[in-house]
Parts: sequence; structure tokens; C-alpha cells
Amino acid sequence: MAKELLMGNQAIAAGAIRAGVGVVAGYPGTPSTETLETVAARNPGDIYVEWSTNEKAALEVAAGAALSGVRSLVTMKQVGLNVASDPLMSLAYIGVKGGMVVLAADDPGPISSQTEQDTRQFAEFANLPVFDPSSPEEAYRMIQDAFEYSEKYGTPVLFRPTTRVCHGCASIDLDGQRKKPAAGNFEKDPKWVIFPKLSFQSHLKINARQPVLAEDFSGYWGNVLTPGSGKKGIAAGGVSWAYLKEAISLLGADCRLLKIGTSNPFPERLALEFLDGLDEVLVVEELSPVIERALVHLAGRKHLPVEIFGRQTGHITGAGENTVESVKKAVAEFLEISFEETAAAEPPALPVRPPVLCAGCPHRASFYAVKQAAKGVKSVFCGDIGCYTLGNAMPLDMVDTCLCMGAGITMAQGIRRAAPDTKTFAFVGDSTFFASGITGVVNAVYNETDMTLIVLDNSTTAMTGHQPHPGTGKTMMGEVTEKISIPKVLEAVGVKKVLTVNPLQLDQAIAAVREAMAEKGVSAVIFQSPCIAVVKPDRPVRVDTDKCVGCRKCIREIGCPALELDGKKVRVEPSACTGCGLCTQICPVSAIEKEE
Amino acid sequence: MKNCILAGVGGQGTVLASKLIAQTAMEAGKFARTAETIGMAQRGGSVVSHVRIGQTAEDVSSPMLPLGSADLLIGFEPAEAVRTLPYLKKGGAAVVSVKGVQPVTATLSGKSYDVSAMLSYLREQVPNLVEVDTEAICEACGSSKVANVALLGAAAACGALGLTVKEVEAALERRLPAKFLDMNRKALAQGAEAYQGANLK
Ligand code: SF4
Ligand code: SF4
Repeated sequence: MAKELLMGNQAIAAGAIRAGVGVVAGYPGTPSTETLETVAARNPGDIYVEWSTNEKAALEVAAGAALSGVRSLVTMKQVGLNVASDPLMSLAYIGVKGGMVVLAADDPGPISSQTEQDTRQFAEFANLPVFDPSSPEEAYRMIQDAFEYSEKYGTPVLFRPTTRVCHGCASIDLDGQRKKPAAGNFEKDPKWVIFPKLSFQSHLKINARQPVLAEDFSGYWGNVLTPGSGKKGIAAGGVSWAYLKEAISLLGADCRLLKIGTSNPFPERLALEFLDGLDEVLVVEELSPVIERALVHLAGRKHLPVEIFGRQTGHITGAGENTVESVKKAVAEFLEISFEETAAAEPPALPVRPPVLCAGCPHRASFYAVKQAAKGVKSVFCGDIGCYTLGNAMPLDMVDTCLCMGAGITMAQGIRRAAPDTKTFAFVGDSTFFASGITGVVNAVYNETDMTLIVLDNSTTAMTGHQPHPGTGKTMMGEVTEKISIPKVLEAVGVKKVLTVNPLQLDQAIAAVREAMAEKGVSAVIFQSPCIAVVKPDRPVRVDTDKCVGCRKCIREIGCPALELDGKKVRVEPSACTGCGLCTQICPVSAIEKEE
Repeated sequence: MKNCILAGVGGQGTVLASKLIAQTAMEAGKFARTAETIGMAQRGGSVVSHVRIGQTAEDVSSPMLPLGSADLLIGFEPAEAVRTLPYLKKGGAAVVSVKGVQPVTATLSGKSYDVSAMLSYLREQVPNLVEVDTEAICEACGSSKVANVALLGAAAACGALGLTVKEVEAALERRLPAKFLDMNRKALAQGAEAYQGANLK
């Protein structure tokens, strides 16, 4: 048996490979990204892996494979499922032939996301089975089962780990024999073409299937009833189960426990066994009260004299993550166990440390150039999803809106229509541009809306850890492909003024933005400079303390983290500076210079 | 069961350090579990890694350790060490880099935060404190990237995790490309020396 330290996402990938997955597609998104990367890294050679342009495309690629009898996996973060929900809702009616697993990673907190949506609720909405692992080692086993269930019931299956499972590592036994991917063959059949009549019939079938699947899940190893004493019981799911076990052992408590690993369709028989004879139940889960509501529903239907507490009743926090501490406190109160809360000494005031654009990040220069060019003009700066959302921080303060992937481009148009005296800019990264930016540009050109598009092209998908995309000329299969040119795309859809410039050449960058701003209709500036993480840094710059007059303009204007205060003057932290040279173009007395 | 918490600033290499600890433990036949901060915070924000080592998976259910349970705190930055101090158990050890990293927000306001205040608070609170001059070690090793390995050296030497410097070195050898090995071995050894130095005081 090979024991390995695997991150949850890597474990899921290893499990999928073992289950004979043949096609894997996805779009990067924290906390899901490493799953697809691991399949690519461990590819035995017979699995097709791609980063698709967005989640909808990825899901459709996987669906095509599954209809051809090949097991497929599609990976995304929870908000990606919103993008992919159109094909998924319909696919739920059509069904699949090869097992298909839709991995949507949820992010309680949220730690790196826009929403605290719960994919388990999506499962209810779409009538799909959902697996909810509580640890990396469980995820490894569950993903394999997910493929089995998908094939057995002919339906796509949702798999939703949360951040702490995705990004937690554990020692895992990679046991047993790998199944080979099936050879695909698309057999023509009218059942693959969705029509209202077919949907009606499918709906009847799905309704009939749910109780069968629920009964199946009542005997599934991922759902566990642990006996205990007393008239009180606690139910949990996902990583909250791990917190609960830890809390119970810390408190030395003893009561009946229910773990739910598949919340839809709800394993009712097992849950009824759990509820039998209990007076009170506490439900510990994150995001939405899915298990709690299912239990309340069940208790109501069966007229059980049991009170159920959880997120809906305020006994478990209604937003953000659970922790061992929060669960311990809730359990202690529920079971009326007293415990000592650890009182900590009052620490000195701690500096706040929000994330910032890296030292030397070319986005800093791009934002600064636009800020300079737009000085004195009533402007709104629409931002988007990626590292460059961090352009909102002081001193740049250049992100006025951020909604979802690609939204900046179209929101800029709405703002302009509502407030015609306002100049609108939309910032979009290269990966986001391909994912969902292009249609927004077409919309502006078609409707003749004035706006300036700023493409921050750093040749990678930086926020999620540097994945290739259509503009990078590399695929996940390691092949070199034709780079799709952003300027050519923009010209082709009718953008009249398209300028490409290096943002680190500050004067030229500002001039380019001014030129673009003057244009009627849609204009675009493409700032091209690679992410500092994908190229070797230059020699660091140095402040000549004799020349520095201590005006701090460098810090006030761009806020590069490599610039530090040194008494009255400024110093550059050499281990952080990448030598991008932006500060040297800002210092009014040329005190910052490249080291010889 | 052993618990360890690593705290630093995004980009300082906490993830690699926590993986090395977990792998070293696994190679010694233990079960290891970690939790990492991956995502937005990696861009210069506060990051924390949790490492838990037990005999079996059942010993350590939660990926994140409970407050007041860490046998060892590895602070990559003084203020971040103070921030995570509530995780350290009574009598636990702390290995902390004395080099502060100023957040942009502090620099902008014209007031750097007071690194020495953080260090004296740590000295007051933690009897088993090992201070590591990571800046000097990095300079001696010729790379700004080895601070994490230096801290690991001190962490292993202090014995709080039941892992030896030799075992960590073996794990390093398995993981790092040959050309970075010498530099990292040196950093590991100098970190271990920092612990000896602290002991002599
Ligand atoms: S050159 Fe200036 S702006 Fe660029 S990374 Fe170094 S200190 Fe920061
Ligand atoms: S802008 Fe130049 S003179 Fe002013 S503080 Fe910075 S380095 Fe010194």
C-alpha cells in the first residue's frame, strides 16, 4: 500500500483516476483548482484533460464524453456552478451513460469567494444526488463511489467538498487496482435530444428514482449513525463532522450522532432511526441549513415530538465557518456540559494585514497609468475577478465595482447609460476576458456604448495559481497551440481603437490611455506585462539616501509592499523588490535607481 | 498527538514548511493532517498552516487545531506569531523569526508597526521561545528564500514535535532539486544552531 500526504483536491484527483475517468474538464477557481491539475500531473496517459474557457464549456465537454459512455469529471468552484447551471439543469433531465461527476467546491467563510452559496441546495434544486466528504481521505473513497452511483442511476452526480477538505492534507492509502477508462462510442438515440415531452417523462422518472436512491443512501457508508446515551442527538455533515468529533472527544461527551455524507436525496430511513426516541437534536453544518431542514421536514411529516436546533434557530452561526471552538461551545450548551474557555492575555495592537498586489505586479502600474490619465475626468472604474480586484486597496483605489466574472465590462455600459456624463472604464484580466468578457465587448460595440476597456494581460491565470488559458498558447495536455490574440479578437468584433502597451513604461502607458479615452464608442488598451510569478525577477532597485528628500510620494502613489519607511526616508526591501522600475518613474528627485 | 501551527505572511513559504513537517512525520510512521491558507491571502495577507500528527486518523479529526493545543508555534513574522499565540498550549514552544514585515497599510499611514513590542510580548508570554535571525541566515546562505527552512531547523532542534533535524534533512533531500540542497542544508543547520544559542542564554 502506498501512503501519501495528499491535499483533498489531490486525493479527489487520485480517486477519479482510479475510478477510470477518461475526460476531465474544468475552469480554475479556489478552492477547486488543484483537482484538475493533479489529474494532469498524474495522468497515466489515457485521460484527456483540459482547462476550458469557462465552467459552462467545461460541463458541456464532460457531458459529451459521458453521453459517449466515458466517465467524465468537471471541476469548478461554487460560483462556477452558476455559470454552468444552464447545461446542468437540462442534463439532469437527459441523464448520462458514462458516470459523470460535477465537482463544485464550496467556500464557507467565504475565504476566497464572492458568495456563501451551498451546492447541496443546488442538488435539491436540480434533483441531483450530492456527495459531501468530511475529510481528504473520505473524499478519495467518495469520488469513486460518485462515479458508480452516477452510472448506476444514469444521472450526473454533484460532488461538493469545502475549502478545509480541498486544502487540507492527510496521509492517504492509495490502494488497489485502477480501472481503465472506457472506449467512447456515441450511440445515436432520441433520448439525447431534450424536448418538452421528454422532459415531462424524465421528470416522472426522476421523481420515482429519488426514494430508491434515498433508500440506497440510507445504507451508504458515508452516512453513519453512531449510538450514544440520552435523549439528545447531534447531526453533522461535511467538515463540521470532523469538528464535531473533536469537540465531543474534548468534552468527553456521549450522545447519539448522525453523519450525513449525501444530503440529497436525504437518507430518510437512517435519519428516522436517528430521530427515534430523541427529544432534542442539534444540527452542525456550514453554509445553508440543509440537513437541519431535512430533519425538520421529516419530523413534521412523521409527527415526531423532537425539537431541532441549528443554523435556523441561531444555535450554530448563520454565516462563515464553524471551528472546533464554535462547535465545542454549541455542543457544551446543548448537552449542558460546563467547560473552561481558554482566556488569552491581551496582546499588543496587531497590524492589519489585508492581501495586496505583489511587489512588482504589473497591474499596479496599469492601474496607476489609468488613474493618472483619468485625473480630473468624472470616471467610474469597473473591476472584475482576479488578482486585480486587489486594485481596490489604497493607495490605488481603482476598483469601484466587482460583481462576478466578466461583469465589469457590461456594468460599465449600464453605468454610462444611466449617467451619461460619466466616463467608464472596465478592467479585465486575460483569463477572464476569454471566460466571459468577449460577449460583453460585443454588446458594447453593437449598442454603440462609449467605454474604455483595459485588458490586464499578464499571460496567465494568476489568482488561482498560474493556469494556462486560450491566450497563453499552452494546453493542459502539454501541447503548444495557436495563441488567441486579444487585440485581434477586439478588432474582429469591431473595436475601432485597440492599443497595446507595456504598463511599466509609465509615460507611454498614460499616453495610450489618454488616446483611447478620447475615442467615441468602444476603445481598448491592452497592458501587456507578465505576472512576476512566471518570469525571473530583475535586480532590485535601491534608494539613494542622500538624494531621497523623504517626501514619500513613492509610497503614497503606488504602495508597493517592497517600499518601507526608514526613519524619515524610504528604503527598498531587496528580498521583495522585483526591479519593475515603477517607483523610479515616480520619485520626483530620481532617488530610486537600479542597483549596478 | 502533536499539534503545530505556522503563521506568516503570504509568500513566505509556510505551505512548504508545513508539508515538510507532515511528510517527515509520515516517514516516521505517523498519521499527519494539515490545513492551509490558499487563495487571496497568499498575496501578502496573514496566512496560517495547521499541522497535526497522530498515530491514526482518529486521533486528529479536525484539520485545524483547537485553540490552546499547539505544542509548537512557528512564527515567520513576529506580529503573525502574536496573532496566532492563542493556539499555543501552556508550556508550548515557539520558534519565531525576528524580522518584521511591514504591511502596506502601516507604511501608508506613515507609522511602521513596532516589531520590538511584539517580540517583548512573545518573550513575556512564552518561556520556551527561540528567536531566529532569519535575515542573517538568509544572507549567510545567499538566498532570501531559505528562511522557512532555517525556522524548520530550529523547530526540529527544539524537539517539540518529536522530529529530529536529521529526519527533516532527509525529507528535504527527497523533495528539493539537487541544486538547492546545499543552501537549504546550511539554512537548516544554522536554524538548529539558533536553538542551541537560545538554550545557552
Ligand atoms: S522597483 Fe519599486 S515598485 Fe517595482 S518592485 Fe521594486 S520597489 Fe516595488
Ligand atoms: S519618492 Fe523619492 S524622494 Fe520621495 S520618499 Fe520616495 S524615494 Fe524618497
